[in-house]
Amino acid sequence: MKLIRTLMAAATALAVTAFVAPTFAADDPGPAAYAQALKGKRVMLVPLAMGFDLAQGWAHYLKTEVEAWGGVLETRDPNWVVDAGAQAITDAISSDTRPDVLIIHAPDLNSYSKLMKKAQAAGTYVILIDNPANFPADAFIGSDWDRLGQLEAEAAIKGCGENSSKKIGLVQGDQANSSSLYQYAGIMKVLDKHPDFKVVAKPDSNWDATTSRNVTTTMLQQNPDICSIIDFWDGDATGASAAIRDAKLDGKVFLVTTGGGEKAADCDKLQDGTYGAVVMTDLARQSGDMNAIIKFLLQSGQPAGTSHTYIYTLEKATTKADLKPDSCWDLKALQAQAAAK
Amino acid sequence: MNTIGWPTLRSLNQEGIVFAIAVVLFLTAAIGLPGFIDPNNLVAIVRSVSVLGILALGMAVVIIGRGIDLSAVAIMAMSVAWYLQLLNSGTPDGLAFAYVLAGVLAIGLLNGFLVAYADVPAIFVTLATGSFVFGYVRSQLITQDAVPVPQGHWVELLGGLRLLDIPVEVFVFAGLAFLFFLFLRYTKWGSYIYFAGDNPVAARNIGIPVRPMLVLRYVLSALVALIAGLLTAASLHSINTRVVNSTLLYDIVLVAVIGGIGLSGGRGGVRNVLVGAALIGILLNAMTIIDIPLLYQNLIKAAILLGAIIVDGIINPRDEQTAQQGDI
Repeated sequence: MKLIRTLMAAATALAVTAFVAPTFAADDPGPAAYAQALKGKRVMLVPLAMGFDLAQGWAHYLKTEVEAWGGVLETRDPNWVVDAGAQAITDAISSDTRPDVLIIHAPDLNSYSKLMKKAQAAGTYVILIDNPANFPADAFIGSDWDRLGQLEAEAAIKGCGENSSKKIGLVQGDQANSSSLYQYAGIMKVLDKHPDFKVVAKPDSNWDATTSRNVTTTMLQQNPDICSIIDFWDGDATGASAAIRDAKLDGKVFLVTTGGGEKAADCDKLQDGTYGAVVMTDLARQSGDMNAIIKFLLQSGQPAGTSHTYIYTLEKATTKADLKPDSCWDLKALQAQAAAK
Repeated sequence: MNTIGWPTLRSLNQEGIVFAIAVVLFLTAAIGLPGFIDPNNLVAIVRSVSVLGILALGMAVVIIGRGIDLSAVAIMAMSVAWYLQLLNSGTPDGLAFAYVLAGVLAIGLLNGFLVAYADVPAIFVTLATGSFVFGYVRSQLITQDAVPVPQGHWVELLGGLRLLDIPVEVFVFAGLAFLFFLFLRYTKWGSYIYFAGDNPVAARNIGIPVRPMLVLRYVLSALVALIAGLLTAASLHSINTRVVNSTLLYDIVLVAVIGGIGLSGGRGGVRNVLVGAALIGILLNAMTIIDIPLLYQNLIKAAILLGAIIVDGIINPRDEQTAQQGDI
């Protein structure tokens, strides 16, 4: 009897499976739920400015993905002016077409905190990118600047070598931007573990190439035996490299910097020896993280400000030796691609 | 009673005060800071203020004629950025340069025309044209903040030029300073600028072509800005238009004014620019050697400048004429 019952149960189960399985396969509820949650949603990117490689790269990768799921990506260009960025965010929050997700590249630790809180209160998810700020955003996606500084310092130590003067010079950004402050902290952490290496000077460039050139000239004048210089951004490291070139110390000073991994800005300059090492952000992957978190937040149904996720981009110090054809992304190619459309 | 010999306190004007501060700073740094007096460092000091000084020369001529040119930095950065962009997109060099030169002349003429013939105050005209130049070039003509110099182009080679290990900017600054000195001191047109700056109405009544001269000054300032931009690009192998947002413009006015060129016009000359540039150069270099953070550098710079202005105000009280005319 027991056997018969088991057989019958098995037969029933088989029959049921046979009936249900095809409809199951034809009707995956995922895509419908996905489309319903995402379609027509608005994403706005407010970087420090639209005119530099990182922002143009982010905008490209975000646009491709957002438009693919039927959303709208808008960008605002504050052109490095903090007030203009604040205005753009304020306008966005109060407009009829309030964005569902606001992606903010903060100029410093505090400027936009109040506005971001307002945005969350209005129901907009806030994603902070690249520069950390004193605000519990729904997500932070960008570099762990402390770790990035450590990588720079390690690259500088390696670039100097054991038999060098062990003198390192820093060209900092400023004393307000978190990326500069944390980068410095990271560098010092590594150098503390290598007490034989010394920082001989640490002027600020204020992110300006001419200032970077002038302070580096003075630094090399005072310490011609410096073996490595760490400039805090590839946007102004062209100045430090000009100073090295002018002092005829090419090849003797190992210049380390960090950047968004754009071909002309980073890889070409590693290739021609201007930079010794660049800690590059994998921009495509970073943008991919942004896309993923946007899709997650829009489907989560949770109110803005509920969760606080940190997604740090994997960083790597790249030198000429480990340069590969795909080490960098090419802004010119992206622009050409966009123009062709 | 004035006698020959040591200047009395009364004869010490702002230029003298700033010069004295610069000398004291120089001597202190020479004694106290290792490597400061090194010839290479002295060259570096002059070089670091060369572009600033060149821009200040153009500004000085405008200010002496009782005007101001707030579009100088925008013209400097945007003209060269456009030039490099044209080159990068394959425009022949001669044609690209002709375009840019025409653009620069047009903005200079526009500035001058609006101030001279439309009677709009210079401060508003140049503020507006500066914003226009930046906005138009940035949005319509170039794709990125930073535009690189094409490899092997003459601008790149210019940056590598050295004579006796002295960078080319220093010679250009010296050459332009000498030319401006000759122009202001020994030409009829130079004297007209002083007359017009001192008293425009009187200058016009005695038959000086005040308005065409005004236009000339703004064109001159625009051309000087183009030269400064080319030198910047030559040294850095690229130009970054972010400089328009920086404090460079205020530094230019500062160099001119701190050297003793009155904003009320009609006073000062090339020597004042050199003194102002020397003070700024020595100050920045010494502070960088001591490794003072930028925040404090700005504070110290501002305090010294403020001090010089206050001392000048006490020693040289404003006269009736300035009080009536006012300055900018």
